[in-house]
Amino acid sequence: MTAEPNRIVFTDVSKFYGEVLGVNKINLKIGPGITSLVGPNGSGKTTLMNLMTGLIRPTRGEIEVLGTRTDAPETFYSMVGYCTQFDTFPKGVTGFGLIYSVLRLHGRTRREAEEQAWQAIEQVHMTDAAHRRVAAYSKGMRQRIKLALAVAHHPTVLVLDEPLNGLDPMARAESIALFEKLAEEGLFVIISSHILHEVDLMSDCVVMMSNGYVVAEGDIQEVREEMSEHPIGIRVRCDRPALLASRAFSENHVVEVRIEDDGAGVLLRSRSVDQLYALVNRVVLEEALKIEGVTPVDEDVHSVYSYLIGSNGAGRL
Amino acid sequence: MSIEQIGVVAGFEMRKFRAGRKWFFPLLLAAAPVSLVSLLLLFDPHPPSNSDITRVFAVMFQTFMLRLMILFGCALVFANLYQGDMVTRTIHFYLLAPVRREVLVAGKYLAGLLITSVLYGASVGIPNILIHSANGQAVAEAHFFGGPGMRELLTYVGIALLACVGYGSVFMLTGFLFKNPAVPAAFVLVWESANVFLPSALQKISVVHYLQSIVPVPIPIGPFAVITAPASVFGSVTGLALFTVAVLIVNGLLMRKAEINYVSD
Repeated sequence: MTAEPNRIVFTDVSKFYGEVLGVNKINLKIGPGITSLVGPNGSGKTTLMNLMTGLIRPTRGEIEVLGTRTDAPETFYSMVGYCTQFDTFPKGVTGFGLIYSVLRLHGRTRREAEEQAWQAIEQVHMTDAAHRRVAAYSKGMRQRIKLALAVAHHPTVLVLDEPLNGLDPMARAESIALFEKLAEEGLFVIISSHILHEVDLMSDCVVMMSNGYVVAEGDIQEVREEMSEHPIGIRVRCDRPALLASRAFSENHVVEVRIEDDGAGVLLRSRSVDQLYALVNRVVLEEALKIEGVTPVDEDVHSVYSYLIGSNGAGRL
Repeated sequence: MSIEQIGVVAGFEMRKFRAGRKWFFPLLLAAAPVSLVSLLLLFDPHPPSNSDITRVFAVMFQTFMLRLMILFGCALVFANLYQGDMVTRTIHFYLLAPVRREVLVAGKYLAGLLITSVLYGASVGIPNILIHSANGQAVAEAHFFGGPGMRELLTYVGIALLACVGYGSVFMLTGFLFKNPAVPAAFVLVWESANVFLPSALQKISVVHYLQSIVPVPIPIGPFAVITAPASVFGSVTGLALFTVAVLIVNGLLMRKAEINYVSD
């Protein structure tokens, strides 16, 4: 494997727990910015993250994070921060005490550890509760303190397993803003989530997983284009949706037409996006249709995810 | 290996020990001899002579303190240092730190050693002083300051600390290898107790062999009274130190390969 100092590289990585498949034959290169891992429970997202952060070792294959192997803890964990999904903490610790101790373990002096611990705690707005025991925190507060712990030592690679779980809408928005800020600063931010519209909002790149396999990767548009045979849909809000629907039915490339419940719009799906937009233009000109808006309905992660993985979690590619 | 990082791990482990109520059973064990001797002093109006008391304590030390109290106390404390973190799903806080795995082993071992040394050092020393005070202050002063009492006391406490050193390393290793610490604790108990019946070569593969060789007052009768090929003080301390270092090296190698095994997704 060639060392790539600017990429997280998985080369033919598999992980089995006994006879149970964790992930299989993963070949992946992740660059800077925000990369989201998307997949249902059991799809292998956490396994992939644990492999990436060296908490488990691959049964087969190799992983390098910015040219460093995961089995060199002294250098590796200086540049990696991991907000795990595990909602467990050592007994009796306070939020500040935990972050301070971990920073001391990172080799920081007492003063550096204190300063950096407070910086991280302020970033997640936990200053007031910092000296309270973690056991008394709410789910959202525990989530935020885990996030503070992951960013406290200023890592280059930040791995976040379901970081938005348990956060209220305000905290979610703040966390997403923080991830975006960190990504803009050049960090590699890898996030797993099943809240797809949030993934959609913040991701530069998505990796879709199902049953231990990567079923698609790239930016959302690229992934969408990979599936050229998959019909694309648009929603047209107009004054006479029934007319547009009847014209669309006569076209061979159109595979689905549905009047919306409020009767003020129509959903059209076609195998040819160009022909679909041409049809809408033609009807508008010929029938003097009044258009309120035309929006793509399936260029977000959710529709791509639904198509690729299917409702029962079985991969379709 | 950073001494400061070892200290950080040890400090963190001791705070966890205190906060996690893990101290209860080790402390209960440590309190047993003190309680027993206190009861004897309170309810026995005619205590035996000082020389008999010395022999009684010798039996108590070799049978209960060394082979049961310290052994099980170390099992409770050291086996939990690694396995406890796995059970509570908190080992990843350590594994994600940029330190050599051996530092984690050394820090955890140091924490266990400090805890058990304080508990069982005191648990051996205090009853020794109390029981030799049964015949009054003058007899006690004569025993400790005019006789062999102080040397015996310090030797007993030293042996207790050495026992923590040796058993600590063993039980830390079993904490890596076994999920249930009761199984290896029972095995070690049988091995250490049956040690006197084993060939002399096998006797050396035990902690108690080295400790029994340097007890200040031998037991007059019973299986523990006979020590085959006893080691010198230097031999005992060196042998135990080498044994402990060897076991800790194995601990370090296992820690290098440690992975979390509480994956849910």
